[in-house]
Amino acid sequence: MTTPSRIKPVLGHDNQWWWEQAANGVLAIQRCQNCGALRHPPRPMCNHCHSMDWDFISASGKGTVCSYTVLEHPKFPGYEYPLIIVLVDLEEGTRITSQLLDCEPADVTFGMAVQMKMHQDPDGFQLPMFTPAN
Amino acid sequence: MISLKNQAAIAGIGCTEFSKNSGRSELALASEALVAAADDAGLPVSEIDGLVSYTLDPTDEIELARSVGAGDLTFYSKINYGGGAAVGVVHQAVMAVATGQAKNVIVYRGMNGRSGQRNGQGVSGDIVTSDLVHWSWYQVYGMLTPGSWIAMIANKYMHKYGVTPEDLGRVAVSQRNYATTNPRAFGYQKPLTMEQYLESKMIAHPLRLYDFCQESDGACALLVTSLEHARDLKQKPAVIRGITQASTQGQEQMTSFYREELESLPEMELAAKRVYEQSGLTPDDIDAACLYDAFSSEVVMQLESFGFCGRGEAKDMIKDGALDIDGRLPNNTHGGLLSEAYIHGLNNVAEGVRLIRGTSTNQPAGVEHVLVSSGVGVPTGAVIFGQD
Repeated sequence: MTTPSRIKPVLGHDNQWWWEQAANGVLAIQRCQNCGALRHPPRPMCNHCHSMDWDFISASGKGTVCSYTVLEHPKFPGYEYPLIIVLVDLEEGTRITSQLLDCEPADVTFGMAVQMKMHQDPDGFQLPMFTPAN
Repeated sequence: MISLKNQAAIAGIGCTEFSKNSGRSELALASEALVAAADDAGLPVSEIDGLVSYTLDPTDEIELARSVGAGDLTFYSKINYGGGAAVGVVHQAVMAVATGQAKNVIVYRGMNGRSGQRNGQGVSGDIVTSDLVHWSWYQVYGMLTPGSWIAMIANKYMHKYGVTPEDLGRVAVSQRNYATTNPRAFGYQKPLTMEQYLESKMIAHPLRLYDFCQESDGACALLVTSLEHARDLKQKPAVIRGITQASTQGQEQMTSFYREELESLPEMELAAKRVYEQSGLTPDDIDAACLYDAFSSEVVMQLESFGFCGRGEAKDMIKDGALDIDGRLPNNTHGGLLSEAYIHGLNNVAEGVRLIRGTSTNQPAGVEHVLVSSGVGVPTGAVIFGQD
């Protein structure tokens, strides 16, 4: 018997690097090497200057809750319910979709301060999640 | 430039029974709906020379053409983005007719949406495309269903404008009230009270069970032809005054979460601007609507997108009974996707045609113009139907 695990991301040229950084414990934000604009989710081209040269920065992990939902049904194997999904405005200026841990569903608020915590599944897969900031 | 105004009309509509288990193939459903649409118009099936459907539809154009014995096809096309295609398919057909690429185009959608592939069960796949990479950002966190994606936007919108569960409930109850008298509808003779709505199971906060559309088996088809030809056929034409597709900056499929403002629907605002400009009409000229309603919150937000009220005022408009039969904007008079059936929005387009013909089971008085929109949260579109 293996424990059911979450659906893993498909990995292609445009996103594999980001997941490799997560595996290293880094919440990466893609940066255009020409104009410096940050972007997320990652894409091959900067939609401001059309440069395809990019690198990334390591996010501080500090952010605030832009919006959220609490998923109760249907329940998919590999996830724990109720499942709090958050949109987090990172202090660097990009927004990321993630999960909020260590918080009761009733206690989530718009604008609440959160901090990234790299989560590791039992199978070793790592992905950035968030917890309420102290 | 060719204007699409008054170039084409919908001359026939056909639907199968809507059910939770059709026991038939999608090809069978689509075939029955197509023949029903042609019969409704009094057009021989052999004169059909164009077919348009959704990329999600399992029945290819030539399969359907062989099945029903259509004529030679000079136009066939499929439109992407789920329910966003509901107006898009009509738009394709209107362009084909207006430019002489085809004379009689059937748009169709046939699905076993409950007994077969269920949209509510989410997405999966293993070939790496940009689309699958897109979905993967959400799948990995357990955001797998349309309800989860729409809830994120609905929650933000409701928070900003103080929209309550009761406000969403009013949409669900209003549409169920219509459905109770529509024999095609899942909600036929099944009334819904506000108490039942509020007690229903929370699925994806803030959306409850009754904020969700049906999962349905069934098909719809519509015949699009030139206005001139439509006048020679059996039914009163539903004249297309304006029609467009619309996708805007930052558009994702269902998860346009990275725009500066999340409390509005920019693609619907673009659709509104385009159909009003094409038709020369304003929101004041629209007498009834079929606003896409996979989720109740979508109806609320679209009242603002289409200019029926200002930002944040939709909840008050609904509280005043605007969506009911004697209200300012009778909406989804068949019950909509929430309470008639979910045929990916094409059944809403069919109801828009009935409203122009005066044959809705809940026909409001004096309907000159009807607005119909397609999918919310996806690349979408809108159409305005008028009287000949």
